[in-house]
Amino acid sequence: MAVGKEIKTQIKSLQNTRKITSAMEMVAASKMRKAQERMQTARPYAEKVRNVVGHLHFAHPEYKHAFLDKRDEVKRVGYIVITTDRGLCGGLNTNLLKMAVSDMREWHEKGVEVDICTIGSKGQAFLKRFGLNIISSVSHLGDQPEINQLIGVVKVMLDAFANGSLDRLYIVYNQFVNTMTQTPTSLQILPLVGAEEDEELSHHWDYIYEPEAKQVIDALMPRFIESQVYQGVVENNACEQSARMVAMKAASDNAGDMIDDLNLKYNKARQAAITQELSEIVGGAAALD
Amino acid sequence: MAMTMHIDIVSAEEEIFSGTAEAVFAPLASGEVGIYPRHTPMIGELKAGEIRVRSGENEDSYYVSGGVLEVQPHVITVLSDTAIRAHDLDEATALEAKRQAEEAMADRKTDLDFARAQAELAEAVAQLNMIRKLREKM
Repeated sequence: MAVGKEIKTQIKSLQNTRKITSAMEMVAASKMRKAQERMQTARPYAEKVRNVVGHLHFAHPEYKHAFLDKRDEVKRVGYIVITTDRGLCGGLNTNLLKMAVSDMREWHEKGVEVDICTIGSKGQAFLKRFGLNIISSVSHLGDQPEINQLIGVVKVMLDAFANGSLDRLYIVYNQFVNTMTQTPTSLQILPLVGAEEDEELSHHWDYIYEPEAKQVIDALMPRFIESQVYQGVVENNACEQSARMVAMKAASDNAGDMIDDLNLKYNKARQAAITQELSEIVGGAAALD
Repeated sequence: MAMTMHIDIVSAEEEIFSGTAEAVFAPLASGEVGIYPRHTPMIGELKAGEIRVRSGENEDSYYVSGGVLEVQPHVITVLSDTAIRAHDLDEATALEAKRQAEEAMADRKTDLDFARAQAELAEAVAQLNMIRKLREKM
């Protein structure tokens, strides 16, 4: 029964694959919960820092930070592209990069240069293959990204903006809608886009700055941007885990279907073999009579 | 009952404290400040030290390694740093990020090619859509 044996081996190997994919599915499911929690815990800071920066927008300090400086002429833009470090997560990175690349192409056609900061190795590997200019990069942040892993990469971009070599800065990441849906999102982070009007604060007033406006604002602004980037990273992480969970579930289901098909095929082959053997015996016996 | 104000202490990675207080003491770069309700708006840079939150008989303290303090008449926000920051340290990590980028760019041979990148991505997306459609049919 040569055919039967071959099918048997195929089934075995599919079963092993299914074991792996369903294990990955479970791992991703538990990591996803944690990643979502992390997303929640990072939210208060992001909100508060946004509030403070929003208040500052309505205050009237004598010092204006470079990040608020709107430049009409755009010669060079920066993109912070957040991708995952590992694959096997469906179309997550592909969809994101597709959006990012078409944005960048638009800039390029307008004669604007693009500098890129990559967070995560998938984006880095992809973008460098097509000759894009990566000026800062970090990868392998792990499942628990920390803000101090991001300070460096973000600082490179912020410095470039502050000294005038970048005129705009965007961040591209996957927004977590729910387990099934992740939307690639592109946001302008520099120059800061104005906060919504707040009735209470729109009259003229100012803070007391301790020690000085410049020093405080200089300390606050990078933290604001870093927190936005951090938020992007943890959100992308939650997306990665849920996308992987869904992809691995699909893979396990597919493996199951294939195993069923092969089993049917195996049984049919076995039956055919037995029938053939029987008819041979019967035929042989008949010949003896 | 004494007048109270709301205080939030948050770090980038989590919320540390949120509640009401009668008085808050915080270590600013220029020295410790005590803040009572209806303080005039103030914003200041924190240095490492403890933030004490007094409410009634209780006094809780929280350690911060630095950050920013914002005071509005009835709301205090403490943006605490989790990372240890110093100009040199930030500079060093920035250099590291640049180095990684340069390393990645070192083996770059191709010229800027948006068309090819887009074509490749479009193909991958089409494949993914196809797979999804096939699954739906099943």
